Amino acid sequence: MPEIFIAFSYKDVLFLLQGALVTVALCAMAFSCGLVVALAIGLMRTARRLRPLQWVAGAYVEVFRGTPLLMQIFIAYFGLSILGLNLPRFVAVSVPLILFTGAFMGEIVRAGIEAIPRGQWEAGWSLGMTYGQLMRYVVAPTAVRIMIPPSVGFLVQLVKGTSLAYVVGYVELTRAGYIISQSTYATMLVFTLVGAIYFGINYPLSLASQRLEVRLKRHA
Amino acid sequence: MTYTFHWEVPLQNLPLFLWGALATLEISGIAVLLGLLIATCGALARLSKHRLLRGAATVYVEVIRNTPFLVQLFYVYFGLVVVGINLEAFSVAILTLTINCGAYCTEIIRAGIQSIHRGQTEAGLSLGMTQWQVFRYVILMPTLRVVWPPLASQFIATMLGSSVVSQISAEELTYAGMFLESRTFRTFEIFFAIAILYFVMARLFSFLFSLTGQKVFREAWGQL
Repeated sequence: MPEIFIAFSYKDVLFLLQGALVTVALCAMAFSCGLVVALAIGLMRTARRLRPLQWVAGAYVEVFRGTPLLMQIFIAYFGLSILGLNLPRFVAVSVPLILFTGAFMGEIVRAGIEAIPRGQWEAGWSLGMTYGQLMRYVVAPTAVRIMIPPSVGFLVQLVKGTSLAYVVGYVELTRAGYIISQSTYATMLVFTLVGAIYFGINYPLSLASQRLEVRLKRHA
Repeated sequence: MTYTFHWEVPLQNLPLFLWGALATLEISGIAVLLGLLIATCGALARLSKHRLLRGAATVYVEVIRNTPFLVQLFYVYFGLVVVGINLEAFSVAILTLTINCGAYCTEIIRAGIQSIHRGQTEAGLSLGMTQWQVFRYVILMPTLRVVWPPLASQFIATMLGSSVVSQISAEELTYAGMFLESRTFRTFEIFFAIAILYFVMARLFSFLFSLTGQKVFREAWGQL
């Protein structure tokens, strides 16, 4: 072996773990901010009297579910710079993931709200509750419980989705793995490790989502 | 905003994009069909009495569903080279997408099989139906009816997900965009146009699948 090949060492594992931290941070950012978007989308889609709001939110969801996340990342990432916004890379990569989360979680929020029987709404209205009170005291307690299992399931999708930040050169877990595989040529070992780390993050989430769903069904 | 848009770049290269769109459909179409073959075996294995078979199928499904497609793609792409098999990027793309799609479809087919109650087969036989009639009207058609909508969503998810194979230079729609981008640097316009094409394809197939579902499976159900 020529000298230029650097052997795979514990430092590379540390680099991968750093990448994993970035992946987790991206997820946390996208999920927490995306949840705000999702809440707005969910409320708009269930606004019975406000048709235009329903259409806008519906179009938003259709567009984000009907195009590849890869395209969304390209467009948002380069679109932001066209708008003249010079954002830190972490934020620029987060924006498409936040919008993606908003669309998918928006559907989960909508399903949660729509699962509340009509009679409960009417009972609330007839007690003179405002929309806010109704949402807070009648809808939310049940809807949030319904929303939890699919939300945890969506987290798995989001963790996998952050790997696509790779395409704009952002160093998260997949890009970190790619860099090390190119410098050490320990390709299979590196991608096995990368895969194992993703699996280690996602599998507990998948299991939790399944368990929560079973529990929800039992209580229903 | 001081940026001047050049929409003529994607418009003039529409033939290239349409060619790319066809390649995308080819990749995802083949992957879903082959994936269904794997999925049928996978679903039978997951429901079998042999612990080893069941375990193997479960590991396959869980590993694929809990890791990103991009990592799977790199794994297969570089892995094949390590074991000495040289495949072109396009074939690697189809192979990996098939493996990926197979895992998701396994769960869909399994749910379909489980939706048919054992008693229904016995009821069919006791009504004097032949084995073939029971298979066709009691098992196959109702199962297809159950799995059709999730399979349609899976096809669209696979089609949209196939854009990732551009990262190993497999030539499809996204790759066509990256190719043009490297020559014109009109990044935003090109990827915007491509996103529209993906959207149109997704809506079109979603419509076609639901139309087929209504025509074929309602009628089949109604015939009984």
